[in-house]
Amino acid sequence: MFGQLALPQLQQLWWLIVSVVGSIFLFLTFVQGGQTLLFTLPQGEREKLLVVNSLGRKWELTFTTLVLFGGALFAAFPLFYATSFGGAYWVWILILFTFVGQAVSYEYRRKPDNLLGARTFEILLLVNGSLGILLIGTAVGTFFSGSNFTLNDYRLVTWQHPLRGLEAAFVPFNVALGVFLVFHARVLGALYLINNIDHQALNGRCRQAAFVNLLWALPFLLFVLVSLLVMDGYAVDPATGRIALEGGKYLHNLLAMPVVAALLLVGLVLVVWGVVAVRFRESRRGIWFAGVGTVLVGLALFSLAGYHDTAFYPSKADLQSSLTIHNASSSHYTLTAMSYVALAVPFVLVYIAYFWRLMDARPLTAEQMEGEHCKDLY
Amino acid sequence: MLEQIDLSQVNWARAQFALTAMFHWIFVPLTLGLSFLVAFFESLYVKTGKVEWKRITRFWMGLFAINFAIGVATGIIMEFEFGTNWSNYSWMVGDIFGAPLAIEGIFAFFIEATFFAVMFFGWERVSKKTHLFATWMVAVGSNLSALWILVANGWMQLPIGMVFNPDNARFEMQNFWAVLFSPVAISKFTHASASGFLLASLFVVAVSSWFLLHNRHQQLAKRSILVAAIFGLLAAGFVAISGDEAAFTNARVQPMKLAAMEALYDGQRPSGLIPFGLLNPAKQPGDAQDPFLFKVEIPGVLSLLATRMWDSYVPGIDDLVYGNPQRQVMGATEKVARGRLAVAALGRYKEARKAGDGTAAAAALAEFQSHQEYLGYGYLKSAEAAVPPVALTFYSFRLMVFLGLACMVVLALFLYFTWQGRIAEKPWLLRLGVASLFLGYLASELGWIVAEVGRQPWAIQNLLPVTVANSNLSTASVQTTFFLFLAIFSILLVAEIRIMLKQIKIGPEGL
Repeated sequence: MFGQLALPQLQQLWWLIVSVVGSIFLFLTFVQGGQTLLFTLPQGEREKLLVVNSLGRKWELTFTTLVLFGGALFAAFPLFYATSFGGAYWVWILILFTFVGQAVSYEYRRKPDNLLGARTFEILLLVNGSLGILLIGTAVGTFFSGSNFTLNDYRLVTWQHPLRGLEAAFVPFNVALGVFLVFHARVLGALYLINNIDHQALNGRCRQAAFVNLLWALPFLLFVLVSLLVMDGYAVDPATGRIALEGGKYLHNLLAMPVVAALLLVGLVLVVWGVVAVRFRESRRGIWFAGVGTVLVGLALFSLAGYHDTAFYPSKADLQSSLTIHNASSSHYTLTAMSYVALAVPFVLVYIAYFWRLMDARPLTAEQMEGEHCKDLY
Repeated sequence: MLEQIDLSQVNWARAQFALTAMFHWIFVPLTLGLSFLVAFFESLYVKTGKVEWKRITRFWMGLFAINFAIGVATGIIMEFEFGTNWSNYSWMVGDIFGAPLAIEGIFAFFIEATFFAVMFFGWERVSKKTHLFATWMVAVGSNLSALWILVANGWMQLPIGMVFNPDNARFEMQNFWAVLFSPVAISKFTHASASGFLLASLFVVAVSSWFLLHNRHQQLAKRSILVAAIFGLLAAGFVAISGDEAAFTNARVQPMKLAAMEALYDGQRPSGLIPFGLLNPAKQPGDAQDPFLFKVEIPGVLSLLATRMWDSYVPGIDDLVYGNPQRQVMGATEKVARGRLAVAALGRYKEARKAGDGTAAAAALAEFQSHQEYLGYGYLKSAEAAVPPVALTFYSFRLMVFLGLACMVVLALFLYFTWQGRIAEKPWLLRLGVASLFLGYLASELGWIVAEVGRQPWAIQNLLPVTVANSNLSTASVQTTFFLFLAIFSILLVAEIRIMLKQIKIGPEGL
């Protein structure tokens, strides 16, 4: 089946698969967003327990999706994996550190004799939710704004900036995208908590937080969108593979791929509707609208970066070193084999959804934060 | 490519990877084995309906969770370190190596992530049988994860099912099934996972022994010991069998590693096994010195282990470095010469392609292909650079084997006295049970030292030395991250141990 596809078709398929995984990760950053709300939203230890334990039942899904995103990029686009991780060393190391902190914090936070105290682990959760997402945003921003690397004849990377990737955090477009993702994650976090916790006062604060954080996110989103429409992009000549700067490239991509423009618009409307529904219509299901919307917006962004003869990881230092889905991909054989493996993904999504539903059939309540059940809590 | 070699940076990158891997391996074996033990305990609960088994299940499950969290934390570093510190490697073999990592994510991590939450928080939310299913799935997911990462590791030790593409200057997969069912991958997975079962059994025995020594939770301790001792003994037997298979495979695919494990310099027929020996630290490949200051040798046994025949020839380090025409062993000396021809021809091929000179490109490609089998050797500074650190490999191997055997004996004693109902009357054995956990950890780490130090200088056996596989980073950057990792992992390890000890002191009532 997949073996009959031509290499460019497989490359496009795999960019789609990677985009889906990356977009689902963006949705699942509701965990990180919720972590940043931990210091302001709950009042009192019991409410904090509710928030931590609600998020704590999902943190591994976000974490695993990030790992899968990395693994899928490694398998399908190994030149990106090598170039970005080996080149933009410090930005990735810092992102990793924030996720290391997250991985232990839920389990260790309330345990006696945990060496660092509960507060430290809560700060680690905050750092993961804020700095971690901000840096991921700046890293994704370089898909459009470019990075400082060159590749030699053997396609081995040399990074041309001493900050080794951290310089991306000083580019306004990248920063705006990063800050937007932080506020967006906070919106999703608040929406998730409304859906997952049955606590009137806390839910009220979550509704307010979702709305306020959406307002904070909008100017950064506007800056990102306007920049995308007017900025120069890195176009690939399909005949020669040569890369050149093209004014309004991403606007051209949107016009050439109306489906992508539709994904972007519908996605944004759904995110806003998710917040409006919980703020003004007392709905508990805003997370699902905003979640689907986030996935659609993510798909649109990744499509803009990689499709329609565009370099998805452009080099500012040497245009011809820029990575496209064609020059960065694995071989036909590997992409074919991995495509068969990817057939399992829908099955995985189904069992995750089934058990998620089973576990969340009843929302968490304050009563469950005390008594015998309390022993199992984070 | 050679202009990128910076030995000091490479060594720091190696140290960082070793540090991460060894920290990670403190936690992984316990996850692999304890997940099954917890599933056994819960199965007994579901089958018998006795609340005591549920109490036992929840106690060990609590300790499992503490260990699991830090295993996840160190695990993510390992995956991304291939990119950050070994980016040339990631490009040159990513076409093959990336696949098992992605499959690990799809088939293993999501199982763990999904069912972990059900296992811990689902007692009151799902049915008893669904909960048991979730517990088993955590065990299956954890061990599937080990399978895929060890398939990847096995391919590094025996690179098969692929071809070198000179246009991209990378290796590309040709046969997925050859990679998956590589004999090294299979023996790695069975040996490593069985050693995890053994270590987890020792953990349960050690904690239970502590309870018995302090006259606490006697029923929990005795029942736990019985299950763990049976599981551990079965695992220990499997560790021994799979270890023997690993040595047999090494003899065929990594003869230099086997020679280093045995400090065998001059190959002999038959070759003896040296269970005890003191190495001569001044010994160098090619000199006339005796490799040993002292040794006890069992004649013919190495030949038997390496080839399944008493009187067969096993090549030594000198044979593998300088060659032995009589035994038809090509030495690294010749391989280095031919590898340099391959490297030079590859360079000429790239130049000719760039210049559009098809004739020159074809000639260079033909020459490259006649030597490409030895490509990796072309990057070694000398033939002697193909020799791994002998002393570290030799002593680690022996210590691992002796500690493993000792653990097996301890578990047998525990099983015997528990079966007899006299385990609580044997304080000396209970103390030994507590101590055996540390011996088990040491054996487990030593196993990886043998496997990974013994295959140096290769990132990919015979094809890609670590000096070419690393990222183009400054030494200072890698030094900084090395110490950051060391500090963070050490703090987390201390936190984990303190939490674990506290939870054990509190006992099942507190979990």
